[in-house]
Amino acid sequence: MLLPTKFRRFLEDTGLITRFAGHYFSQGVKPRLELAELIRQCYIIGYSSLGLVALTGFIMGLVLTMQLRPALVNYGVASQLPVMVGIAIVREIGPVITALIFAGKIASSVGAELGSMKVTEQIDAMEVSGTNPFKYLVVTRVAASTLMLPILVLVGDAISLGGAFIGVNIKGVTSLHLFFRQILDNLSFGDVLPAFIKTWFFGFAVGVVGCYKGYTSSKGTEGVGRAANSAVVLSSILIFIIDLIVVQVTDVMGLN
Amino acid sequence: MENVIVIEHLCKRFGSNIVLDEFSLTVGKEENVVVMGKSGAGKSVLIKCIIGLLKPDSGKLLVFDQNIPELDHEELDRVRARVGFLFQSNALYDSMTVRKNLEFPLRRHWIRITQKEVDDMVTEVLENVGLAETVDKLPEELSGGMRKRIALARTLILKPEIILYDEPTTGLDPVTGREISQLIVEMQKKYHTASIIISHDMHCVKLTADKVSLLMGGRCYAEGTYTQLEQSTDPKIKQFFE
Repeated sequence: MLLPTKFRRFLEDTGLITRFAGHYFSQGVKPRLELAELIRQCYIIGYSSLGLVALTGFIMGLVLTMQLRPALVNYGVASQLPVMVGIAIVREIGPVITALIFAGKIASSVGAELGSMKVTEQIDAMEVSGTNPFKYLVVTRVAASTLMLPILVLVGDAISLGGAFIGVNIKGVTSLHLFFRQILDNLSFGDVLPAFIKTWFFGFAVGVVGCYKGYTSSKGTEGVGRAANSAVVLSSILIFIIDLIVVQVTDVMGLN
Repeated sequence: MENVIVIEHLCKRFGSNIVLDEFSLTVGKEENVVVMGKSGAGKSVLIKCIIGLLKPDSGKLLVFDQNIPELDHEELDRVRARVGFLFQSNALYDSMTVRKNLEFPLRRHWIRITQKEVDDMVTEVLENVGLAETVDKLPEELSGGMRKRIALARTLILKPEIILYDEPTTGLDPVTGREISQLIVEMQKKYHTASIIISHDMHCVKLTADKVSLLMGGRCYAEGTYTQLEQSTDPKIKQFFE
Protein backbone atom coordinates (compact mmCIF):
# COMPACT_ATOMS: atom_id res chain seq x y z
CA MET A 1 0.00 0.00 0.00
CA LEU A 2 1.36 3.40 -0.94
CA LEU A 3 1.50 5.95 1.86
CA PRO A 4 0.44 9.54 1.20
CA THR A 5 3.43 11.58 0.03
CA LYS A 6 3.41 14.00 2.96
CA PHE A 7 3.22 11.21 5.51
CA ARG A 8 5.97 9.29 3.74
CA ARG A 9 8.14 12.41 3.72
CA PHE A 10 7.48 12.89 7.43
CA LEU A 11 8.58 9.32 8.13
CA GLU A 12 11.69 9.77 5.98
CA ASP A 13 12.49 13.02 7.80
CA THR A 14 12.05 11.33 11.16
CA GLY A 15 14.41 8.54 10.13
CA LEU A 16 17.01 10.98 8.84
CA ILE A 17 16.85 13.14 11.98
CA THR A 18 17.23 10.02 14.13
CA ARG A 19 20.30 9.03 12.13
CA PHE A 20 21.61 12.61 12.42
CA ALA A 21 21.13 12.44 16.21
CA GLY A 22 22.95 9.10 16.27
CA HIS A 23 25.79 10.68 14.33
CA TYR A 24 25.89 13.44 16.97
CA PHE A 25 26.62 10.87 19.69
CA SER A 26 29.20 8.97 17.65
CA GLN A 27 31.04 12.18 16.70
CA GLY A 28 30.62 13.77 20.13
CA VAL A 29 32.76 11.18 21.89
CA LYS A 30 35.61 11.37 19.37
CA PRO A 31 38.55 13.72 19.84
CA ARG A 32 39.12 16.58 19.26
CA LEU A 33 36.95 18.31 21.83
CA GLU A 34 35.89 21.68 20.42
CA LEU A 35 35.75 23.24 23.89
CA ALA A 36 36.35 26.86 22.85
CA GLU A 37 33.57 26.69 20.28
CA LEU A 38 31.25 24.94 22.76
CA ILE A 39 31.77 27.72 25.31
CA ARG A 40 31.22 30.34 22.61
CA GLN A 41 27.99 28.65 21.54
CA CYS A 42 26.80 28.33 25.16
CA TYR A 43 27.30 32.08 25.51
CA ILE A 44 25.59 32.89 22.20
CA ILE A 45 22.68 30.46 22.60
CA GLY A 46 22.14 31.03 26.32
CA TYR A 47 22.83 34.73 26.67
CA SER A 48 21.02 35.77 23.50
CA SER A 49 17.82 34.06 24.67
CA LEU A 50 17.95 35.40 28.23
CA GLY A 51 16.15 38.70 27.65
CA LEU A 52 13.32 37.11 25.67
CA VAL A 53 12.88 34.29 28.19
CA ALA A 54 12.86 36.78 31.07
CA LEU A 55 10.28 39.03 29.42
CA THR A 56 7.92 36.24 28.37
CA GLY A 57 8.36 34.50 31.72
CA PHE A 58 7.42 37.65 33.63
CA ILE A 59 4.34 38.32 31.50
CA MET A 60 3.32 34.66 31.65
CA GLY A 61 3.43 34.61 35.49
CA LEU A 62 1.57 37.90 35.78
CA VAL A 63 -1.17 37.03 33.26
CA LEU A 64 -1.65 33.50 34.56
CA THR A 65 -2.19 34.83 38.08
CA MET A 66 -4.63 37.49 36.95
CA GLN A 67 -6.59 34.98 34.86
CA LEU A 68 -6.78 32.36 37.61
CA ARG A 69 -7.83 34.69 40.41
CA PRO A 70 -11.55 35.13 39.48
CA ALA A 71 -12.11 31.36 39.23
CA LEU A 72 -10.46 30.73 42.60
CA VAL A 73 -12.37 33.58 44.22
CA ASN A 74 -15.65 31.99 42.99
CA TYR A 75 -14.72 28.75 44.74
CA GLY A 76 -13.53 30.61 47.82
CA VAL A 77 -9.96 29.38 47.56
CA ALA A 78 -8.22 32.59 46.53
CA SER A 79 -5.60 31.95 49.22
CA GLN A 80 -4.44 28.97 47.17
CA LEU A 81 -3.56 31.19 44.20
CA PRO A 82 0.24 31.16 44.77
CA VAL A 83 0.23 27.37 45.10
CA MET A 84 -1.72 26.81 41.90
CA VAL A 85 0.29 29.28 39.90
CA GLY A 86 3.55 27.99 41.32
CA ILE A 87 2.85 24.35 40.50
CA ALA A 88 1.55 25.22 37.01
CA ILE A 89 4.65 27.26 36.22
CA VAL A 90 7.21 24.85 37.61
CA ARG A 91 5.66 21.64 36.30
CA GLU A 92 4.39 22.59 32.89
CA ILE A 93 3.99 26.14 31.69
CA GLY A 94 7.50 27.35 32.50
CA PRO A 95 9.41 24.53 30.75
CA VAL A 96 7.09 24.31 27.73
CA ILE A 97 6.69 28.05 27.06
CA THR A 98 10.41 28.68 27.56
CA ALA A 99 11.23 25.78 25.26
CA LEU A 100 8.87 27.12 22.60
CA ILE A 101 10.40 30.60 22.84
CA PHE A 102 13.84 28.98 22.69
CA ALA A 103 12.81 26.93 19.63
CA GLY A 104 11.56 30.05 17.87
CA LYS A 105 14.80 31.87 18.48
CA ILE A 106 17.51 29.21 18.41
CA ALA A 107 16.22 26.59 15.97
CA SER A 108 15.59 29.28 13.37
CA SER A 109 18.91 31.05 13.86
CA VAL A 110 20.92 27.81 13.87
CA GLY A 111 18.99 26.52 10.84
CA ALA A 112 19.56 29.75 8.91
CA GLU A 113 23.22 30.05 9.98
CA LEU A 114 24.19 26.52 8.98
CA GLY A 115 22.03 26.72 5.86
CA SER A 116 23.76 29.86 4.64
CA MET A 117 27.16 28.39 5.55
CA LYS A 118 26.32 25.43 3.34
CA VAL A 119 25.12 27.59 0.45
CA THR A 120 28.26 29.73 0.55
CA GLU A 121 30.55 26.67 0.75
CA GLN A 122 31.82 27.63 4.21
CA ILE A 123 31.17 24.09 5.47
CA ASP A 124 33.25 22.68 2.61
CA ALA A 125 35.97 25.24 3.38
CA MET A 126 36.00 24.07 6.97
CA GLU A 127 36.44 20.47 5.89
CA VAL A 128 39.27 21.42 3.56
CA SER A 129 40.88 23.27 6.48
CA GLY A 130 41.25 19.99 8.37
CA THR A 131 38.20 20.48 10.55
CA ASN A 132 35.37 18.04 10.98
CA PRO A 133 32.48 20.45 10.29
CA PHE A 134 29.91 18.16 11.89
CA LYS A 135 31.84 18.18 15.13
CA TYR A 136 32.72 21.86 15.02
CA LEU A 137 29.31 23.16 13.98
CA VAL A 138 26.71 20.56 14.93
CA VAL A 139 28.05 18.85 18.05
CA THR A 140 28.87 22.16 19.75
CA ARG A 141 25.50 23.74 18.94
CA VAL A 142 23.44 20.73 19.99
CA ALA A 143 25.44 20.38 23.23
CA ALA A 144 25.11 24.10 23.95
CA SER A 145 21.38 23.99 23.30
CA THR A 146 20.97 20.93 25.57
CA LEU A 147 22.98 22.56 28.36
CA MET A 148 21.52 26.05 28.13
CA LEU A 149 17.77 25.38 27.96
CA PRO A 150 17.52 23.89 31.49
CA ILE A 151 19.32 26.96 32.86
CA LEU A 152 17.03 29.27 30.91
CA VAL A 153 14.00 27.39 32.23
CA LEU A 154 15.24 27.84 35.81
CA VAL A 155 15.70 31.56 35.20
CA GLY A 156 12.37 31.79 33.35
CA ASP A 157 10.55 29.97 36.19
CA ALA A 158 12.06 32.30 38.82
CA ILE A 159 11.11 35.43 36.87
CA SER A 160 7.68 33.98 36.14
CA LEU A 161 7.09 33.43 39.85
CA GLY A 162 8.20 37.03 40.37
CA GLY A 163 5.54 38.08 37.85
CA ALA A 164 3.01 35.90 39.67
CA PHE A 165 3.91 37.58 42.98
CA ILE A 166 3.15 40.98 41.44
CA GLY A 167 -0.08 39.54 39.98
CA VAL A 168 -1.15 38.27 43.41
CA ASN A 169 -0.46 41.67 44.93
CA ILE A 170 -2.45 43.63 42.38
CA LYS A 171 -5.72 42.72 44.10
CA GLY A 172 -4.48 41.50 47.44
CA VAL A 173 -1.61 41.67 49.85
CA THR A 174 0.86 38.81 50.25
CA SER A 175 4.40 39.11 51.47
CA LEU A 176 7.20 37.73 49.32
CA HIS A 177 8.14 35.34 52.14
CA LEU A 178 4.63 33.96 52.47
CA PHE A 179 4.19 33.71 48.70
CA PHE A 180 7.28 31.58 48.20
CA ARG A 181 6.72 29.65 51.44
CA GLN A 182 3.29 28.58 50.17
CA ILE A 183 4.72 27.49 46.84
CA LEU A 184 7.76 25.66 48.20
CA ASP A 185 5.70 23.86 50.88
CA ASN A 186 3.48 22.42 48.17
CA LEU A 187 6.11 21.54 45.59
CA SER A 188 7.32 17.96 45.76
CA PHE A 189 10.24 16.07 44.28
CA GLY A 190 7.83 14.65 41.68
CA ASP A 191 6.94 18.16 40.56
CA VAL A 192 10.44 19.52 40.10
CA LEU A 193 12.58 16.64 38.85
CA PRO A 194 10.58 15.46 35.78
CA ALA A 195 10.00 19.10 34.81
CA PHE A 196 13.74 19.75 34.97
CA ILE A 197 14.76 16.55 33.20
CA LYS A 198 12.42 17.10 30.26
CA THR A 199 14.05 20.45 29.55
CA TRP A 200 17.26 18.60 28.60
CA PHE A 201 15.29 16.65 26.03
CA PHE A 202 13.62 19.83 24.78
CA GLY A 203 17.03 21.49 24.39
CA PHE A 204 18.45 18.47 22.61
CA ALA A 205 15.47 18.32 20.23
CA VAL A 206 15.71 22.04 19.39
CA GLY A 207 19.47 21.76 18.77
CA VAL A 208 19.28 18.61 16.66
CA VAL A 209 16.37 19.80 14.52
CA GLY A 210 17.88 23.27 13.96
CA CYS A 211 21.24 21.80 13.00
CA TYR A 212 19.72 19.05 10.84
CA LYS A 213 17.57 21.46 8.86
CA GLY A 214 20.45 23.88 8.31
CA TYR A 215 23.14 21.30 7.66
CA THR A 216 21.05 19.44 5.10
CA SER A 217 19.34 22.43 3.51
CA SER A 218 19.17 22.42 -0.25
CA LYS A 219 21.23 24.97 -2.11
CA GLY A 220 20.01 28.50 -2.61
CA THR A 221 18.63 31.26 -0.44
CA GLU A 222 15.14 29.78 -0.63
CA GLY A 223 16.50 26.63 0.97
CA VAL A 224 17.98 28.67 3.84
CA GLY A 225 14.62 30.32 4.56
CA ARG A 226 12.85 26.97 4.38
CA ALA A 227 15.42 25.41 6.72
CA ALA A 228 14.89 28.13 9.34
CA ASN A 229 11.13 27.92 9.07
CA SER A 230 10.80 24.14 9.18
CA ALA A 231 13.32 23.96 12.05
CA VAL A 232 10.98 26.07 14.21
CA VAL A 233 7.84 24.15 13.21
CA LEU A 234 9.36 20.70 13.71
CA SER A 235 11.14 21.50 16.98
CA SER A 236 7.93 23.04 18.39
CA ILE A 237 5.97 19.89 17.52
CA LEU A 238 8.71 17.74 19.04
CA ILE A 239 8.54 19.73 22.28
CA PHE A 240 4.86 18.82 22.66
CA ILE A 241 5.49 15.18 21.73
CA ILE A 242 8.34 14.91 24.26
CA ASP A 243 6.13 16.60 26.87
CA LEU A 244 3.40 14.06 26.22
CA ILE A 245 5.83 11.16 26.56
CA VAL A 246 7.32 12.56 29.79
CA VAL A 247 3.86 12.95 31.31
CA GLN A 248 3.06 9.31 30.49
CA VAL A 249 6.38 8.09 31.87
CA THR A 250 6.10 10.09 35.11
CA ASP A 251 2.53 8.84 35.48
CA VAL A 252 3.67 5.23 35.18
CA MET A 253 6.46 5.95 37.67
CA GLY A 254 3.93 7.42 40.10
CA LEU A 255 5.50 10.87 40.05
CA ASN A 256 2.33 12.72 38.98
CA MET B 1 58.60 16.37 -14.92
CA GLU B 2 57.41 14.86 -11.66
CA ASN B 3 53.62 14.64 -11.49
CA VAL B 4 51.86 15.82 -8.34
CA ILE B 5 48.36 14.93 -9.57
CA VAL B 6 47.55 11.91 -11.73
CA ILE B 7 43.94 11.28 -12.73
CA GLU B 8 43.09 8.21 -14.79
CA HIS B 9 39.66 7.08 -16.01
CA LEU B 10 37.83 9.03 -13.32
CA CYS B 11 34.06 8.51 -13.28
CA LYS B 12 31.44 10.33 -11.25
CA ARG B 13 27.70 10.31 -11.69
CA PHE B 14 24.79 11.83 -9.77
CA GLY B 15 21.84 9.50 -10.30
CA SER B 16 21.51 9.02 -14.02
CA ASN B 17 23.57 12.13 -14.79
CA ILE B 18 27.09 11.13 -15.80
CA VAL B 19 29.37 14.07 -14.95
CA LEU B 20 32.84 12.59 -15.32
CA ASP B 21 33.28 9.71 -17.74
CA GLU B 22 36.77 8.22 -17.87
CA PHE B 23 38.39 11.62 -17.37
CA SER B 24 42.19 11.67 -17.29
CA LEU B 25 44.69 14.44 -16.52
CA THR B 26 48.17 14.89 -15.11
CA VAL B 27 49.59 17.94 -13.37
CA GLY B 28 53.33 18.32 -13.02
CA LYS B 29 55.24 20.04 -10.23
CA GLU B 30 54.90 23.85 -10.48
CA GLU B 31 52.64 23.41 -13.52
CA ASN B 32 49.49 25.49 -14.02
CA VAL B 33 46.72 23.52 -15.70
CA VAL B 34 43.50 25.25 -16.70
CA VAL B 35 40.39 23.10 -17.06
CA MET B 36 37.81 24.65 -19.35
CA GLY B 37 34.34 23.48 -20.23
CA LYS B 38 30.74 24.57 -20.47
CA SER B 39 28.71 25.28 -17.34
CA GLY B 40 27.65 22.01 -15.75
CA ALA B 41 30.40 20.10 -17.55
CA GLY B 42 31.75 18.79 -14.24
CA LYS B 43 34.76 21.07 -13.68
CA SER B 44 33.91 21.89 -10.09
CA VAL B 45 33.02 18.26 -9.42
CA LEU B 46 36.49 17.32 -10.67
CA ILE B 47 38.37 19.55 -8.22
CA LYS B 48 36.03 18.61 -5.39
CA CYS B 49 36.96 14.97 -6.08
CA ILE B 50 40.64 15.93 -5.97
CA ILE B 51 40.31 17.54 -2.53
CA GLY B 52 38.13 14.69 -1.25
CA LEU B 53 34.89 16.65 -0.85
CA LEU B 54 33.25 14.28 -3.34
CA LYS B 55 34.02 10.61 -3.79
CA PRO B 56 34.43 9.41 -7.37
CA ASP B 57 32.60 6.26 -8.43
CA SER B 58 35.66 4.71 -10.06
CA GLY B 59 39.06 5.52 -11.50
CA LYS B 60 42.45 6.48 -10.12
CA LEU B 61 43.02 9.86 -8.45
CA LEU B 62 46.55 10.24 -7.13
CA VAL B 63 47.68 13.35 -5.29
CA PHE B 64 51.30 13.14 -4.15
CA ASP B 65 51.09 9.43 -5.09
CA GLN B 66 48.23 8.80 -2.66
CA ASN B 67 44.92 7.53 -4.03
CA ILE B 68 42.44 10.05 -2.59
CA PRO B 69 39.28 7.86 -2.62
CA GLU B 70 41.03 5.21 -0.52
CA LEU B 71 42.33 7.53 2.20
CA ASP B 72 40.81 7.65 5.68
CA HIS B 73 39.98 10.97 7.32
CA GLU B 74 43.37 11.55 8.94
CA GLU B 75 45.32 10.66 5.82
CA LEU B 76 43.06 12.92 3.79
CA ASP B 77 43.65 15.81 6.22
CA ARG B 78 47.42 15.35 5.81
CA VAL B 79 47.04 15.63 2.03
CA ARG B 80 44.69 18.61 2.40
CA ALA B 81 47.34 20.45 4.41
CA ARG B 82 49.44 20.40 1.23
CA VAL B 83 46.60 21.33 -1.14
CA GLY B 84 44.89 24.73 -1.14
CA PHE B 85 41.38 25.29 -2.45
CA LEU B 86 40.05 28.65 -3.56
CA PHE B 87 36.27 28.46 -3.62
CA GLN B 88 34.21 30.19 -6.28
CA SER B 89 32.17 31.91 -3.56
CA ASN B 90 35.36 32.58 -1.53
CA ALA B 91 33.76 30.74 1.43
CA LEU B 92 35.12 33.20 3.98
CA TYR B 93 33.63 32.65 7.44
CA ASP B 94 31.11 35.49 7.88
CA SER B 95 31.32 35.54 11.65
CA MET B 96 35.12 35.84 11.76
CA THR B 97 37.42 38.76 11.04
CA VAL B 98 40.02 38.47 8.30
CA ARG B 99 42.61 37.58 10.96
CA LYS B 100 40.45 34.77 12.36
CA ASN B 101 39.71 33.51 8.84
CA LEU B 102 43.42 33.25 8.14
CA GLU B 103 44.26 31.76 11.53
CA PHE B 104 41.59 29.06 11.25
CA PRO B 105 43.40 26.64 8.87
CA LEU B 106 46.71 27.30 10.63
CA ARG B 107 45.35 26.38 14.05
CA ARG B 108 43.66 23.31 12.61
CA HIS B 109 46.54 21.85 10.63
CA TRP B 110 49.50 23.06 12.67
CA ILE B 111 48.47 22.59 16.25
CA ARG B 112 51.87 23.35 17.78
CA ILE B 113 52.34 26.89 16.60
CA THR B 114 52.95 30.00 18.70
CA GLN B 115 50.86 33.15 18.51
CA LYS B 116 53.93 35.07 17.31
CA GLU B 117 54.37 32.65 14.39
CA VAL B 118 50.67 32.89 13.57
CA ASP B 119 50.78 36.70 13.60
CA ASP B 120 53.87 36.73 11.37
CA MET B 121 52.30 34.38 8.84
CA VAL B 122 49.04 36.33 8.76
CA THR B 123 50.94 39.56 8.15
CA GLU B 124 53.09 37.95 5.45
CA VAL B 125 50.20 36.55 3.37
CA LEU B 126 48.16 39.72 3.73
CA GLU B 127 51.11 41.78 2.51
CA ASN B 128 51.52 39.35 -0.40
CA VAL B 129 47.95 39.95 -1.53
CA GLY B 130 48.23 43.67 -0.78
CA LEU B 131 45.60 43.87 1.94
CA ALA B 132 47.51 44.19 5.21
CA GLU B 133 45.17 46.95 6.42
CA THR B 134 42.07 44.70 6.37
CA VAL B 135 43.25 42.35 9.12
CA ASP B 136 40.57 43.30 11.65
CA LYS B 137 37.70 43.72 9.20
CA LEU B 138 34.80 41.36 8.67
CA PRO B 139 34.31 39.82 5.18
CA GLU B 140 31.08 41.79 4.72
CA GLU B 141 33.08 45.04 4.95
CA LEU B 142 35.21 44.08 1.92
CA SER B 143 34.56 44.39 -1.81
CA GLY B 144 34.29 41.31 -4.07
CA GLY B 145 37.86 41.66 -5.29
CA MET B 146 39.18 42.11 -1.76
CA ARG B 147 37.28 39.05 -0.55
CA LYS B 148 38.83 37.04 -3.38
CA ARG B 149 42.30 38.22 -2.35
CA ILE B 150 41.64 37.33 1.30
CA ALA B 151 40.37 33.90 0.21
CA LEU B 152 43.59 33.47 -1.76
CA ALA B 153 45.60 34.57 1.29
CA ARG B 154 43.78 31.95 3.39
CA THR B 155 44.65 29.35 0.77
CA LEU B 156 48.30 30.43 0.71
CA ILE B 157 48.84 30.62 4.46
CA LEU B 158 49.53 26.89 4.74
CA LYS B 159 52.10 27.21 1.94
CA PRO B 160 50.41 24.54 -0.19
CA GLU B 161 52.22 22.70 -2.96
CA ILE B 162 49.05 22.52 -5.07
CA ILE B 163 46.27 25.09 -5.34
CA LEU B 164 42.87 24.34 -6.84
CA TYR B 165 41.10 27.45 -8.11
CA ASP B 166 37.36 27.23 -8.74
CA GLU B 167 36.55 30.02 -11.20
CA PRO B 168 38.74 32.64 -9.49
CA THR B 169 37.61 35.59 -11.62
CA THR B 170 33.89 34.83 -11.92
CA GLY B 171 31.69 37.65 -10.65
CA LEU B 172 34.49 40.23 -10.72
CA ASP B 173 34.74 43.20 -13.03
CA PRO B 174 37.31 42.81 -15.88
CA VAL B 175 39.92 45.00 -14.19
CA THR B 176 39.73 43.19 -10.85
CA GLY B 177 39.58 39.86 -12.70
CA ARG B 178 42.84 40.72 -14.44
CA GLU B 179 44.41 41.72 -11.13
CA ILE B 180 43.42 38.38 -9.58
CA SER B 181 44.80 36.48 -12.61
CA GLN B 182 48.05 38.41 -12.26
CA LEU B 183 48.12 37.66 -8.54
CA ILE B 184 47.67 33.94 -9.24
CA VAL B 185 50.73 34.01 -11.51
CA GLU B 186 52.76 36.00 -8.98
CA MET B 187 51.86 33.68 -6.12
CA GLN B 188 52.64 30.65 -8.26
CA LYS B 189 56.11 32.03 -8.88
CA LYS B 190 56.64 33.02 -5.25
CA TYR B 191 55.34 29.84 -3.62
CA HIS B 192 56.29 27.43 -6.46
CA THR B 193 52.87 25.81 -6.49
CA ALA B 194 51.21 23.57 -9.04
CA SER B 195 47.64 24.59 -9.86
CA ILE B 196 44.43 23.45 -11.42
CA ILE B 197 42.42 26.49 -12.43
CA ILE B 198 38.78 26.17 -13.45
CA SER B 199 37.96 29.16 -15.61
CA HIS B 200 35.89 30.55 -18.46
CA ASP B 201 37.76 33.83 -18.41
CA MET B 202 39.99 33.70 -21.52
CA HIS B 203 42.27 36.44 -20.21
CA CYS B 204 42.81 34.44 -17.04
CA VAL B 205 43.35 31.25 -19.07
CA LYS B 206 45.88 32.92 -21.39
CA LEU B 207 47.78 34.48 -18.51
CA THR B 208 47.93 31.53 -16.16
CA ALA B 209 47.86 28.33 -18.23
CA ASP B 210 50.91 26.21 -18.94
CA LYS B 211 48.45 23.62 -20.22
CA VAL B 212 44.72 23.71 -21.02
CA SER B 213 42.42 20.73 -20.72
CA LEU B 214 39.00 20.89 -22.32
CA LEU B 215 36.36 18.95 -20.39
CA MET B 216 33.45 17.91 -22.63
CA GLY B 217 31.00 15.06 -22.19
CA GLY B 218 32.76 14.07 -18.99
CA ARG B 219 36.03 13.41 -20.83
CA CYS B 220 39.18 15.32 -21.62
CA TYR B 221 38.21 16.33 -25.16
CA ALA B 222 41.43 18.18 -25.94
CA GLU B 223 44.65 19.07 -24.21
CA GLY B 224 47.51 21.40 -25.11
CA THR B 225 48.97 24.82 -24.61
CA TYR B 226 46.75 27.88 -24.95
CA THR B 227 48.23 28.64 -28.37
CA GLN B 228 47.76 25.08 -29.64
CA LEU B 229 44.08 25.03 -28.71
CA GLU B 230 43.52 28.58 -29.94
CA GLN B 231 44.79 27.57 -33.36
CA SER B 232 42.67 24.41 -33.51
CA THR B 233 40.23 24.13 -36.41
CA ASP B 234 37.87 21.85 -34.48
CA PRO B 235 34.63 23.86 -34.10
CA LYS B 236 34.01 22.41 -30.62
CA ILE B 237 37.33 23.82 -29.46
CA LYS B 238 37.12 27.03 -31.49
CA GLN B 239 33.88 28.08 -29.81
CA PHE B 240 35.75 28.65 -26.54
CA PHE B 241 38.31 30.94 -28.16
CA GLU B 242 36.00 33.06 -30.30
